[in-house]
Amino acid sequence: MARITAGVASSHVPAIGAALDNGKAGDPYWAPLFAGFDWVKAWEAAEKPDVVILVFNDHATSFSLQLVPTFALGCAESYAPADEGWGPRPVPTVYGHPDLATHLAQALILDEFDIAVVNEMAVDHGLTVPLSLMFGQPAAWPVKVIPLAVNVVLYPPPTGNRCWRLGEAIARAVASYPDDLNVQIWGTGGMSHQLQGPRAGLINRAFDTAYLDDLTADPERLRTMRHIEYLREAGSEGIELVMWLVMRGALGPRVRELHRHYHVPASNTAVGHIVLVPVETL
Amino acid sequence: MSHADDLDDIPGTTIFTAQRARAGYHLNQFCMSLMQAANRERFKADERAYLNEWPMAEAAREAVLARDFNAMIAEGGNIYFLAKIFATDGLSFQWAAARMTGAAQEDYAAMMLAGGRSPEGLRSIKEPW
Repeated sequence: MARITAGVASSHVPAIGAALDNGKAGDPYWAPLFAGFDWVKAWEAAEKPDVVILVFNDHATSFSLQLVPTFALGCAESYAPADEGWGPRPVPTVYGHPDLATHLAQALILDEFDIAVVNEMAVDHGLTVPLSLMFGQPAAWPVKVIPLAVNVVLYPPPTGNRCWRLGEAIARAVASYPDDLNVQIWGTGGMSHQLQGPRAGLINRAFDTAYLDDLTADPERLRTMRHIEYLREAGSEGIELVMWLVMRGALGPRVRELHRHYHVPASNTAVGHIVLVPVETL
Repeated sequence: MSHADDLDDIPGTTIFTAQRARAGYHLNQFCMSLMQAANRERFKADERAYLNEWPMAEAAREAVLARDFNAMIAEGGNIYFLAKIFATDGLSFQWAAARMTGAAQEDYAAMMLAGGRSPEGLRSIKEPW
């Protein structure tokens, strides 16, 4: 059967993609950020996941205000990198896993998670920057990707607890898929940042550090954290962190931390990254 | 419950609620139209004429013409949509962020390099902490 073997989280700042695509990854500004992803690149190359369920958000790219789904699961064969106004990123086409994705869609809805199904979508930096951070600049991405788009643009995003429970349901759905697949789940976005208004530029290292710690030490605190706390402490865009809890919920009650990295700044944002594996419980 | 929280109590911050999204619908959809190169060209050729095609408030049009992002947000704009405007202008998120804070871009960039803006005293309007 298919199984979720690990969870990975990272921020997904567009400037990171631009730095990589324009050959600036070695510049003094960017080098310390990218160095923090060397470990995960080697680890992913050894782990060789078959599929990544990639929890991300669209940034007014494929979803306008015409339709705002809270959870939307990509079931397509492939996803083109989107033109976000600067031309599409020069990265490979993202290939999906329609058979597992449609299995997930069916299982999740019958498990009472009323997700939307996406059959065509261009994917923006929210999805492609994490792929670049974990896999570098290959000619083709070494995994199939199932995008799970979460609305975090229009308030309110789903609660942390709802995200966690969706993660649990995803784990159940993956475990009921007959083929033997090594599946990872990634949560992206965050950490603290605010891109709007006179408070733009907000960074909260203490909040971010506690968040990284409590993914292992006290996930219940994160699961019940209210939106207003994210907004006050991590900035209006820091609320993207609820997407990490889909990943965390899918890993079960106990996890072990393999690696983490934290860096300020990437443009306007605090970049956080963590790799977690489930601890088997009886 | 979250819905009872005072979303307007955070200094210098506008939460993009469904109500604000309703008020700013045409402003934000105008921004989405700039995802297409042909529309960007038409907008750049005559900004006022292009804006007049969209049924948004006159104050929203004037805010766009002035590149006053705080005013656009007050009219229901959301930053991810408004980003299409400064992308059309060939400018970065950091340029726009600096502009919204009233800082020169180099000063804003220096603040970010020094660790960003501290939340201390900026968590609440009613009781600063």
